[in-house]
Amino acid sequence: MNALNDLIAAARRQAVAGALADPGAEGARVMGICNSCRYCEGYCAVFPAMERRAEFSRADVDFLANLCHNCGACYYACQYAPPHDFAINVPRALAQVRLENYERFAWPRRLASLYRRQGTAVVFALAFALTLFFALAIALAGPRGLLAAHSGAGSFYAVLPHGLLVAIFGASFLFSLVALAIGAARYWQAIDVPGPNAAPASGAATAQAARDALTLRHLDGGGDGCYVRSGLDFAPTSQRRLLHHLLFYGFLLCFAATSVGTIYHYGFGWQAPYGSLSLPTLLGTLGGLGIVAGTAGLLWLRRIRDEALADPAQAPLDRGLLHLLLWSAASGLLLTLLRASPLMPSLLALHLGFVLALFLLLPYGKFVHGVYRSLALLKHAREARTPNPVGFADS
Amino acid sequence: MGPADDDIDVLVAGGGNAALVAALTAREAGARVLLLEASPKLWRGGNSQHTRNLRCMHAAPEDVLTEAYPEDEYFDDLLRVTGGRTDEALARLTIRTSAQLRPWMRNHGVRFQRSLGGTLHLARTNAFFLGGGKALLNAYYQAAQRLGVQVLYEAEVEDVEIEGGRFRAAQVRRDGATARVPARAFVAAAGGFESNRAWLREAWGEAAENFLIRGTQFNQGRLLRALLARGAQAIGDPTQCHAVAIDARAPLYDGGIVTRLDCVSLGIVVNRDGQRFYDEGEDFWPKRYAIWGRLVAQQPEQIAFSIIDAKALGRFMPPVFAGCRADSIEELAGTLGLDGGRLRATVDRFNAAVQPGHFDHAVLDDCATAGLSPSKTHWARKLDTPPYFGFPLRPGITFTYLGVKVNARAQVQLADGTTTPNLFAAGEIMAGNVLGQGYLAGIGMTIGTVFGRIAGDGAARAALQPALA
Repeated sequence: MNALNDLIAAARRQAVAGALADPGAEGARVMGICNSCRYCEGYCAVFPAMERRAEFSRADVDFLANLCHNCGACYYACQYAPPHDFAINVPRALAQVRLENYERFAWPRRLASLYRRQGTAVVFALAFALTLFFALAIALAGPRGLLAAHSGAGSFYAVLPHGLLVAIFGASFLFSLVALAIGAARYWQAIDVPGPNAAPASGAATAQAARDALTLRHLDGGGDGCYVRSGLDFAPTSQRRLLHHLLFYGFLLCFAATSVGTIYHYGFGWQAPYGSLSLPTLLGTLGGLGIVAGTAGLLWLRRIRDEALADPAQAPLDRGLLHLLLWSAASGLLLTLLRASPLMPSLLALHLGFVLALFLLLPYGKFVHGVYRSLALLKHAREARTPNPVGFADS
Repeated sequence: MGPADDDIDVLVAGGGNAALVAALTAREAGARVLLLEASPKLWRGGNSQHTRNLRCMHAAPEDVLTEAYPEDEYFDDLLRVTGGRTDEALARLTIRTSAQLRPWMRNHGVRFQRSLGGTLHLARTNAFFLGGGKALLNAYYQAAQRLGVQVLYEAEVEDVEIEGGRFRAAQVRRDGATARVPARAFVAAAGGFESNRAWLREAWGEAAENFLIRGTQFNQGRLLRALLARGAQAIGDPTQCHAVAIDARAPLYDGGIVTRLDCVSLGIVVNRDGQRFYDEGEDFWPKRYAIWGRLVAQQPEQIAFSIIDAKALGRFMPPVFAGCRADSIEELAGTLGLDGGRLRATVDRFNAAVQPGHFDHAVLDDCATAGLSPSKTHWARKLDTPPYFGFPLRPGITFTYLGVKVNARAQVQLADGTTTPNLFAAGEIMAGNVLGQGYLAGIGMTIGTVFGRIAGDGAARAALQPALA
């Protein structure tokens, strides 16, 4: 029976040895075991997509990893979760693949290390951006100008000229957009490979993917919500989904406020700051409140969330983006509130500093998850419109 | 132990589906309930952890179930698999009640889904739990917490005191000490004895050493043995267990669903000596996998090997462990530890006996062997297309049949013909009343839920209104 013992030993290496060090290999190991079980099929898109495959190439693992919304339902339902020897933890395994994806597809590649050094990245980005705006304000308005009250239209630009702000933010935003686009293109190229699951583009699939992304459809664990505390003792809730909506739609409102402001500026020659009841101020205030509530809530949930669900290496990545958003929004609200006071120039520099740091780190922080997940949802929506190429005999 | 001893109305032994259903039912009837689960919290739930559905009678399409599954068809299915070893009254009670379980389950947090990919044949008869049995257990444990059922882990009932035909107290082992826990009523829902190797050896001899246990390691059968020793009437064949052929590389316990192997009917199965020993194509695999546990158990060293060629790939559910792969039969034999010449000879004889036919794995096709013993009566195709794959098989035990006899109120019957008014049983420990042998997918959870409800309700009544019990 020595041969059998060898086979058993090999099987243990293949499936029973616990989590593998390489995220891609671990993702393939986990999906292989899940594909023989399928109990979690009703929770989200990952499992139906998995069932369209008999084995898991790197492209498959990269695709499935970004479909996962980390709701945690499959982990608590799993008969093979630790302490079982199979040590299946789909949410964590796929989170680790996602981080590896962010790094592998980052442009320029030398900045890929920022994901794992997010704390350092945030500190340097903030130090740079804050120094830049305070130094500019002091240089342009003089040390006294930093503590002087300004009022009326154009008062912001009396501290920091409009053209200069457009140049700084335009350049950084453009750079971030290019970096995000290149990462997205690289990811799409990696997952949209020829084979039985290659599926044609369709308007309906795109609309479906957009709906799934904008509603966070798969953050509801098949209907009941997403886990914060351990699913052994607590039911899932809709907290994370609601908070993420507050954050995301708050972010969009702020973006809309800036867009309306741009139209006012160039279209009508109306200069910021705008009146309390003007459209840009209302949109920005509402958006800012949404971001503050969403990020503060998500930061709080991170503290009480079951650690089993997360990749510990990514805590700084999550917190980095949440804090940059939180303080960008909070400083923006404070600026709106105190714009007629002598604190306005300092608050303006502070707010712009946070926003610039946020923009600079968009491609090198947690923000990229939205890009990769949307692409994975698009691929899923496309292939789900074609018959399952792996139709096993009923068993 | 838990609440003050004289505060316990209903003591429930066990932590799986039947135990929780009984505990929740008793609690909602107003009883103070203490539930004792032998396992640590992370392993709670016994074999229910590995389940995925329950079999439900229904007259028309309902929520996740298609078409209809009437009582008589359900009962006929049960008769067929048990060969008549069932108590018709209890069986029909189980079947009729199965139609009404899902609303109660939903109210206690269970969610359902349509049959899983690869299980279309169960879409009509079986309601699947979203997330499977462990999700169901989590929902029930949370309901227990909400309702105020006391739960203790690593607490095992080792013995029961039955005095004057009534349950008085349980001996409970916890933290290395044994305590006497009195209660007004008792529900025995602690499963069978399939994880107790010594007990299995009594029935199976040395062969039992090579059995794998598909489920929990905590079904040691101590409570079952105690009940039988204290006079409970036994039911079900003490020497039989439900065993299927699973991948021999599975873990010793809790391999669960993924260790099943669905390629047997697509190739040949040989024993240690490279010999075939049974018709691999007798019937559809879901109807035959249960007999293969016994077939493999009867082979030398309780080992067998399923061998397929490249033509079978993609026609069966993906196995958890990749098959051993080789470009020739001889090479495959070497990897599997078989004699290359003998396996070659077996494959040659098989290939020579294969008759022309139209292969169709979805029907009982006309691909069969001629002049071969044992024959392969369907899906017989030559093993001639490399690469070849081999999967080692072992008997994997799902559950045991021996249990205690109960009446329609789930009360335990004693060997002297009397009934214990405050001692109830539910789940695997009494499933033998309905399922004397064989298996019908999903009926274990049905029996557990039906009798868990009856036992919990009866136990609460017996505890709160002893005069009426």
